[in-house]
Amino acid sequence: MILLSVATFKKGVHPPYNKQYSSNKEIQQIPQPDEIIIPLQQHIGASLEPVVKRKDQVRRGQLLADSDSFVAAPVHASLAGEVTAVEKVPSPQGGRVLAVKIKAGGDQQEELAEVPGKEPEELSPEEIRQAVRQAGITGMGGAMFPTHVKLAVPEGKSIDHLIINGAECEPYLTVDHRIMLERGEQVVDGLLYLMRATEAEQGLIGIEDNKPDALKALKSAAAEFDNIEVRATETKYPQGGEKMLIKALLDRDVPVGGLPLDVGVVVNNVATAAAVSASLREGRPLIDRPLTITGEGINNPGNFEVPLGTPIAEVIKAAGGFAGEPGKVILGGPMMGQAQTSLDVPVVKGTSGILVLTRNQLEEYSPAPCINCARCVDACPMYLVPARLEKLAQQEELDKLEEYQVMNCIECGSCSYVCPAQRPLVHYIRVGKAAVTARKKSEQGGS
Amino acid sequence: MQSQELVVTSSPHLREETSVAEIMWTVNISLVPVMLAASYVFGLRALAIIAVSIISCSLTEYIFLRARNKEVTLTDGSAVVTGILLALTMPPAIPLWVVAIAAVVAIALGKQVFGGLGNNPFNPALIGRAFVTAAYPVLITTWTFDGQTAATPLNLKMMEGEITPYWDLFIGNIPGSLGETSAFLILLGAALLIYKGYLNWRIPAGMLTTVFLLTWLMGHDPVFHLLAGSLLLGAFYYATDMVTTPITPRGRWLFGVGAGVFVVIIRLWGGYPEGVMYSILLMNMTVPIINRFTRPRSLGEVN
Repeated sequence: MILLSVATFKKGVHPPYNKQYSSNKEIQQIPQPDEIIIPLQQHIGASLEPVVKRKDQVRRGQLLADSDSFVAAPVHASLAGEVTAVEKVPSPQGGRVLAVKIKAGGDQQEELAEVPGKEPEELSPEEIRQAVRQAGITGMGGAMFPTHVKLAVPEGKSIDHLIINGAECEPYLTVDHRIMLERGEQVVDGLLYLMRATEAEQGLIGIEDNKPDALKALKSAAAEFDNIEVRATETKYPQGGEKMLIKALLDRDVPVGGLPLDVGVVVNNVATAAAVSASLREGRPLIDRPLTITGEGINNPGNFEVPLGTPIAEVIKAAGGFAGEPGKVILGGPMMGQAQTSLDVPVVKGTSGILVLTRNQLEEYSPAPCINCARCVDACPMYLVPARLEKLAQQEELDKLEEYQVMNCIECGSCSYVCPAQRPLVHYIRVGKAAVTARKKSEQGGS
Repeated sequence: MQSQELVVTSSPHLREETSVAEIMWTVNISLVPVMLAASYVFGLRALAIIAVSIISCSLTEYIFLRARNKEVTLTDGSAVVTGILLALTMPPAIPLWVVAIAAVVAIALGKQVFGGLGNNPFNPALIGRAFVTAAYPVLITTWTFDGQTAATPLNLKMMEGEITPYWDLFIGNIPGSLGETSAFLILLGAALLIYKGYLNWRIPAGMLTTVFLLTWLMGHDPVFHLLAGSLLLGAFYYATDMVTTPITPRGRWLFGVGAGVFVVIIRLWGGYPEGVMYSILLMNMTVPIINRFTRPRSLGEVN
């Protein structure tokens, strides 16, 4: 039952948000990089085949790699110039991936796809999905799941609500906030296409109530549409988790192992919605994305529009370089982002932020024994028992891990955040999830 | 740009500023009013008992950690918590050497043999107290007040059917163990811990409500039963020992209710006037099974 004006979920944590460094900085274009590195795997799904080779001249917006598989999103050149290599490079997700390297040269005017420029209601859901796939759009909040796959509603299911996730609950990050302020109409336009694609009757935009200006901007952008509602959600981590947002806005529980579409919902991030609008109105492939670069270790924190494939070192330079000695460079926010070893890794479709913490800020943690204080139990928004899962993962008790619903963990890190013994709870839970997944795979392979 | 030596750890990269030591020392601080009251009511002898208990617990902890080749973690404050909690269960006339033995048993048999902090199934202070109850039954039940031998309110009730006035129970103007004098000061310390989030209210709520309702149903004076003896101290400080109590919300209720039932059974029908210690120790045994059967239903899980 939703009676409160501010929608919320139970449990969760309240980390310091530190958004003041960049929340009032407009999105700026970064200087054109000399070289970009476009990883071919920028989505969850099948790997892509490159359609260009070394020495090829490419234009901005030209297709670089695609796949015949449905669950894949093509990549495009974000810089005009010469392909200098198609080789493996370090991936921001860890490991190495095949990538196309391009050295800048020639006219940078982008090549846009031909689009009919039709209004949402003039297009069929299939036409919208086609255009979204062609533009290579994936979830831009971090998970990088191909958007057209999310929009393909399976036989027998129907979607009643299309939710746009404007919670931005990760501390430090402000890019979604800026998108909503500066490109609110594009977000709403994207939402209308997304609703058409899924045949959802109702559009919902959820925004944490620490961003009253974004709430106002989107309310006014959506004012003319009766079927779009903009709602404030409580400022609490992880409000932007898909399952938390659905719980808060609609009080529906996504079943264990299920997807939002099992409860009639599809959720997309605000940046994704804006990209969908750009692809359908302008024929623009996903080749640039806005992101936040911030943290105590950055001289001029801000929000930048960055060509995909730009090495993060270039973005750091554009933000005035490091302030003091950098200790950690994190892609994403501090709660779920990944710490990087190299500044050569490129910005990819899911890079919502670059966070630099100084060496002085870093603390050495030496885990103490668990004292069963249950703070992790009280924090877990998925109602799991993290302390128990940690022990079971260490003991490789796979049956028990499954009994304790380890696969339902969304890895938000709230448990590790609150642990007074500074135990790396979510780390071991990830290990446990991987072990359970590996066993399932080998059982399927063996039978 | 050359990449400097960057630190790579898995997320989250933020942590709340809190620690086991902070929790333990806050518990210790919250008990200061009770300890001061004990020395006011029972004289400096109370302070001597507390000091001997803390020092013996700490020394035992130190020796065991060294012998087990573990890092010496006395600064985490957990041995001091046990020292204070053990002292508060002692009658004021107890010989100091008995306190020292109880402390060694509490830390050695109650905690270190199980692997130290976080691994002990029973509350260590109560193990120490239970040992003394068995080994020195006369010494542990000799109550003095103003230098005279006196009966505790629960003894008076059991033997003479006499009810001590509520106000005396509340402010602590009564014979008893060091910590079971003033209900008011116990509540004050507990309020601090609840405010800091270091004390789970479900356990004392379940335990006190159960004792109140059951004694009332049985035709006894429920207010007397709440205020007398070590019920309040036990409910707020021993039954909420994090290490030895359930971690699930429903489990905590169950633990509190179960402990309350045992208290009433022992007080009304048992051979002892007081049953808080045994009720908590008995419930400690049930923690693994309580945790297992009260696992919360995960979001989206269908029963």
